[in-house]
This record gives sequence, structure tokens and C-alpha cells, in this order.
Amino acid sequence: MEIQEKIKYEEELDKNFFDEIKEKSGCDEISQCIQCGTCSSSCPMAVYMDYSPRKIIAMIKSGFKDEVLKSFTPWLCASCYSCQVRCPSNIKITDVMYALKRKAIKEKIYPSRFSIPVMDKEMHKILTKNGRSSEVWLMLNLFLKTRNPLGLIKMAPLGLSLMKTGRMSLKKESIKNKKQLRKLLKAVKEGTK
Amino acid sequence: MNEYIYYPGCSAKSNAKHYEESILPVFKEIGIKLDEMEDWNCCGATASLSVDKTKAAAINGRNLSIAEKADKDIVAPCAACYLTLKKSNQFLMSETEEAKKILKDLESAGCEYKGTVKVNHPLGLFTDEIGLEEIKKKVKRKLTGLRVACYYGCQVVRPYTDFDDPDYPVRLDNLMKAIGAEPVDYSAKTRCCGGSLTANLEEAGLRLNYILLKEAKRKGADAIVTICPLCLFNLEITQNKIIKKYKDNVKIPILFFSQLMGLAFGIPKEDLGFSRSMISLKPMWEKLGNGGTNE
Repeated sequence: MEIQEKIKYEEELDKNFFDEIKEKSGCDEISQCIQCGTCSSSCPMAVYMDYSPRKIIAMIKSGFKDEVLKSFTPWLCASCYSCQVRCPSNIKITDVMYALKRKAIKEKIYPSRFSIPVMDKEMHKILTKNGRSSEVWLMLNLFLKTRNPLGLIKMAPLGLSLMKTGRMSLKKESIKNKKQLRKLLKAVKEGTK
Repeated sequence: MNEYIYYPGCSAKSNAKHYEESILPVFKEIGIKLDEMEDWNCCGATASLSVDKTKAAAINGRNLSIAEKADKDIVAPCAACYLTLKKSNQFLMSETEEAKKILKDLESAGCEYKGTVKVNHPLGLFTDEIGLEEIKKKVKRKLTGLRVACYYGCQVVRPYTDFDDPDYPVRLDNLMKAIGAEPVDYSAKTRCCGGSLTANLEEAGLRLNYILLKEAKRKGADAIVTICPLCLFNLEITQNKIIKKYKDNVKIPILFFSQLMGLAFGIPKEDLGFSRSMISLKPMWEKLGNGGTNE
């Protein structure tokens, strides 16, 4: 039997990663982590994660950039803020997870066939374009992007229940002043003169 | 008392129409005028924050600016809208270089924002601003005998807990008592329903919602009462699959707290969106008799 070694040497670690995440999340408190595990035990999604929140924090501090950004963990964060309100070191763990998601998208190393980052990106795209999100169109785009037609068929009973109770809107929602929204987002992107 | 402007968010216009249909008459009954924000845009919820923090703050700044121009504070019944607007408000006023730049961008697009707007959840307004004594005065038929599991979920009580406790909140329980219902000791009241993950990750979604439904059943609740559209949605759509998977009959109606308030205030049940429930409400109506006993 071949023994797989999982060793990373110090020189292979990214020494700047810790500072980048601290800055991006606005969370200097990461350095104060005492590895108590309150976050992991509070997390409703921890059982599904490849690295628990506690491990992720330790890995950020040690510079395991690739492992952290390729991990499913940030995408499995349901944003319930349980860890954040309980952390004895006041680390805004949910905000750290958001910072990791943004960085993984920016560096294009997020799990691209995984539906959650795809949904977040699609929803953000729709609403920065129209100012409002439209659930049905979002779901359609999601199944197209993740190449999952079966998922769409599985949604049929739900669609039916929503229609029966008058809770499905097929309308493509949009704000009136899209021009203003475009101007605002352009200014944000470019910077004001 | 301050004046308020209503920020519906996307859910109240689609899968959670009954939230809007019940919360607006309730505010009217209490005597608070609540006009919908003119040309509001979506808050971006957890999605925009995961993609672009600056743009997320900017689009929410636009909403805050609309409220400021109207000189009103925001009422946001959706938990995700409430949290996102509050988070953006705090971030925009943080006086960091990043925030100052966004404020300038807002100004250049005609959405100047000075930071005077407060973001409110209706629950906090009802219990802490208006007060339970006032609420009690409006009650025309007490919901005597109705046992409810008060489910707060995550984003109203965490992390910005300016009106209740993040782990063991009590405001909704007190409000339900004030209208004559009987809150059960619901230990899962702030456990997560999976939020937007539930629709995508079925296995996790079913497990999380099973915990919530089972605990409500175990405590003998007739209905789960929520303050969040996504919680209501997840708890409703997962029931059939959970019953099949775990072979446990956890069927239970999921209602908005405003629907029960409206009922207690004597608003006809036909006007409170009860027909939009995916779960049969028949056992509940039978228990309430004529939709609530007369005082």
C-alpha cells in the first residue's frame, strides 16, 4: 500500500495570504484566534465542510492559500452568524468567509461546477443589471450554468406548488431608474474624479 | 414617533406575497402609515456580498439614500434585507477610505447619503417602539389555545442584535403571548434553516429543516411562526421530502407572525394571505373555531 504524504514545507506557504485576508475582511482579530473550536461546534454546516471553520482560520494564519481558496468551506457557510456572535476572540468569522469567497472568485479558483458560487455570481449579475432579482430566471440560469437539466425537472413539483398558491412570478423584475444604477456601479468601478 | 418607509425586498413580491399582504394591514391597524419605497433595488442578500463587497454596499447605499431623501426610517420585514441594509449602513458610515469612496460614488450618481437612516425590523418596532401594551389594545379576538413555535432564524437576531438576544431571543414569544397564542418552549428557535443553501444542497437542507420541524412537533406546536421569508419557504418546501426520507410525520403549517397578528386584530382571514400556505391549515382553523375566540 502506498502511503500518501500530505506535507507542505514552509517555503511553499504564502506568507502574504494572512495579511491579505485580514485586510479584505476588515478583520484584524484573526490573529487573536485561540483555536478553541467554538465556531466549528456552532456551525450547522460544519459536518459537510472539507475543513472546519476552526481549521480554516488556522490555515489562513499559516498561509495555506491554495487549500483555503479551493476549499468548499466558505461556500457552505449559510451566513447564520452563529460562530461570529459566539467567538470569544471577536473574530468576524462570517465576514472572513465572505472575504474568502470574493478572493476565490477574483482569482478564479472557486469550485466552478458547484452550484453555490454559480448562483451567487448569477444573482449578483442579474441585480446589478436590472436592480432586482427574478427567482425563476435565476433558477433557469443556474441549471444552465451548472449543466444540470435533471435539477430543473426535480424542481417541477415545487414550481407547481408555488403556482397553485400564486407565489411564482414569471415577470422579469427591474427598477425604473436603471440609468442611475449603471452610473453608480460605473463610478464604483472606475473611481470618481 | 419617527416616520417609516417600507422596503419590501424581492421575496415579498414573489414567494412571500403573504408576508406583505399581512404586514401592511397590521401596520395600518396600529396606525402607522407605511408607503413603499419608490424604485427600491434588491439588497443582494448573501450573493452580492460573496461577489463584490463594494458594489454590494453601493446598491444598498442607493436604497438608504432614497429613504433619507424621504426623511424616513426603513422597515424591512425580510431578514436578509434587514441584515444587508444594516450591514451596509454600518459599513458606509465606518469612515474608512473604502467607505468614503463609495459615498462619493453615490453622490456622483445622485444618491447622496449622509447616514441618518435607521433600519428596523417590524418585530423590534412592535415590541420595543410601539410596545406590547399598545398591541394588546388592538386585539379583538385572542388566539386562545393556539400553540406556536416561535422561530427567529438567523439574520434578524445575528449579528446586529439591537433588540433581542442572538441565541435565546424572546420578543416574538412575548408578542405571540400578547395576542393570546401560547408559545411552546422551542429550543431550535435560532437554529439555521440553511438559507439559500437549502435549495442547492438537498441533503444538508433536509437535515437542517428536519431538526426544526421535529422539535416543533415534539413540543406540541400547531404551527411554526417565522419572521423571515426564506425560513418560511425552506420549512414549507422540504416537508414532503423530509416525511419520505425520515419516515416521520412532521407536517406542520408555517406562518408569518404578521398573519397571526392580523387575525388577532380582527382582520378577515381572507385578507391575510392564509390561502397561500402550501400546508393545510384545516387543523389550525378547527382549533381556533371561528378564526379565534371572541374576548
